[in-house]
Amino acid sequence: MKTREMATGQDEGNGTPASSGRSFAENQRLDREPNPLKATARDVCVFYGEKQALFDVNLDVEDRSVTALIGPSGCGKSTFLRCLNRMNDTIAGTRVTGRIELDGRDIYEPGLDVVELRARVGMVFQKPNPFPKSIFDNVAYGARIHGLAGDKSDLEEIVSTSLQKASLWNEVKDRLHEPGTGLSGGQQQRLCIARAIAVSPELILMDEPASALDPIATAKIEELIDELKENYCIVIVTHSMQQAARVSQRTAFFHLGNLVEVGPTEQIFTNPQDQRTLDYITGRFG
Amino acid sequence: MSSIADRTHDWSGEAAAARRRRRYAADRRLRIYGMSAIGIAILLLGILVTTLVFTGYRGFIQTTISLPVTFDAELVDARSPTEGNYREILSRSIEQLFPGLEGPALRRAGQILTNNAQFLLRSAVYDDPTLVGRTVDVAIPASDPYDQLNKGIIDRDLPENRRRLNDEQISLFEQLEEDGRVETRFNWGLFFNADSRFPELAGLAGAIVGSFFALLVCFLISVPMGVGAAVYLEEFAPKNRWTELVEVNINNLAAVPSIVFGLLGLAVFLGWFGMPRSAPLVGGLVLSLMTLPTIIIVTRASLKAVPPSIREAALGVGASRHEVIMHHVLPLALPGILTGTIIGLAQALGETAPLLLIGMNAFITSPPGGLLSSSTALPTQIFIWADSPERGFVALTSAGILVLLGFLIVMNGIAIFLRQRLEKSW
Repeated sequence: MKTREMATGQDEGNGTPASSGRSFAENQRLDREPNPLKATARDVCVFYGEKQALFDVNLDVEDRSVTALIGPSGCGKSTFLRCLNRMNDTIAGTRVTGRIELDGRDIYEPGLDVVELRARVGMVFQKPNPFPKSIFDNVAYGARIHGLAGDKSDLEEIVSTSLQKASLWNEVKDRLHEPGTGLSGGQQQRLCIARAIAVSPELILMDEPASALDPIATAKIEELIDELKENYCIVIVTHSMQQAARVSQRTAFFHLGNLVEVGPTEQIFTNPQDQRTLDYITGRFG
Repeated sequence: MSSIADRTHDWSGEAAAARRRRRYAADRRLRIYGMSAIGIAILLLGILVTTLVFTGYRGFIQTTISLPVTFDAELVDARSPTEGNYREILSRSIEQLFPGLEGPALRRAGQILTNNAQFLLRSAVYDDPTLVGRTVDVAIPASDPYDQLNKGIIDRDLPENRRRLNDEQISLFEQLEEDGRVETRFNWGLFFNADSRFPELAGLAGAIVGSFFALLVCFLISVPMGVGAAVYLEEFAPKNRWTELVEVNINNLAAVPSIVFGLLGLAVFLGWFGMPRSAPLVGGLVLSLMTLPTIIIVTRASLKAVPPSIREAALGVGASRHEVIMHHVLPLALPGILTGTIIGLAQALGETAPLLLIGMNAFITSPPGGLLSSSTALPTQIFIWADSPERGFVALTSAGILVLLGFLIVMNGIAIFLRQRLEKSW
């Protein structure tokens, strides 16, 4: 676990538009009311040993909306994402400075309970990583360790509701006790989303959740993200600009460890203020 | 101007074809090297096992004489079978068996039977007191030279002065053969008797029990300690100079010659702690010193092999470090840990040198009653037999090696079975 590739190559399979119910314009209205802030980052710097990976990032994340982090490989967007649930703590030699607040509370303050933080901030990874256990146990795991379910029927309810929210219920309801690793890639990723939402997190972090999936599975995940934002705050890292455009309300563009530009998605994609953003979204680099 | 990078190549030309042929030939050579290496290994294994079986099968069979014995009620009392005059019972039976012989000739004839025959009669009565007052045929092992004669190791056609048995002895034995009193049967004594000075009576029972106790101690000490140390080093320990030093030392310990551990055991366990000599407890302690590095290294490798994505997944839903390890990492690493443990124990089972130094090569004629009683172990028993002058021990040595190999195969089989079983259940 010492070194971790911060972002991988190409956005395979993200090329086709999602069959999301809403149109692009509906999704990205500039005049919509801003939601209250869920998380704020101020002057965040991250060092991996001697190497600085993030430089003074300031970013606000709105509740009940999707914030997309885009940028070329190695730009620090995954690093920033992993700061939000302190996943970077697990990498030896990582140092974070600055201030990241979740609901007004500094998540890097000494004495903060990381277990509680990670229960409140769920995470979905790039590669589907279900536990080698049954589908049921995968979803029930978080509820079990946090003691969320009083009895067996509570647990069953949590599992079925989470699977329904993750649009996986109909496909797996008859085989809940088969191994989760036996599902297809797209189903596994939705299982991981179900696992994340089973503990009712307030913020869900997604690290290129569709980059290992085919276009149809990608479309399903995007549809799901769109539904989830009604109830959750979502931050998603993506390599695919189309995906960012389709699912997010706000977009942040990272380059070489700097947050270059952040704003409403429509504005970033139609009227970027920074030359580097323009170059990136028009495909001149990255 | 055409650069080499832009040149068109003649892929179907003679030069290109020859180059490809050379590459294919290299492929083939590599495959042949591999196959011949495996072939040689199998051949050597075959030679080893064949020689062992060829000399060792005689250790698994035994020549017995069925002796008609009258348990005269005057000589033995059914209520106290240990006090009977079995010597007299035996000599009367031998007189009956060889009518017409007396004096020294009769005594020589009696030597066809094993030296301990009278004690075998005693234990027969002890097991079944109703024998008293009856005449029954008792199967008594033949003594070593006659056993060799029956198994064909002593050649009857050699001139008398070059044989261990003279013509008179052979004719006595042939007389018994004609009477149908000589039988060749499976040598159960190999598994149920303890060691003895007489090859016809010597068995592995003491060594098997001793090895079992020693391995039990070794398992109970080295597995919890080894897995615990590996989990700490792999999952919790900060990476600094101290942990690196510990790591280097563990890796070096795995390569320390086993006799050094024996010396350590001698100095520390026997010398300082005053533990008893030849005890399976001390044997197990010394063996666990040797097994510990193996288990630590194997466990760390298995822990490392657990995909990081599983740890991240568990951490991501808010599992504590302890939960990540106990719920996910250790169960996934378990098949590897088990395999390593069993292979480590199999190594310990075959280890001889350290046990020699703590006195587990003593001559002990009863199986150990507990962890502190004197005992031998399988490899040291083989060592003792290989050192013994009697001809019968040659076969027993090979038989002992076969038994040891059998145990090793069983242990490795269990390792393979457990690994497959556990990997499937996920």
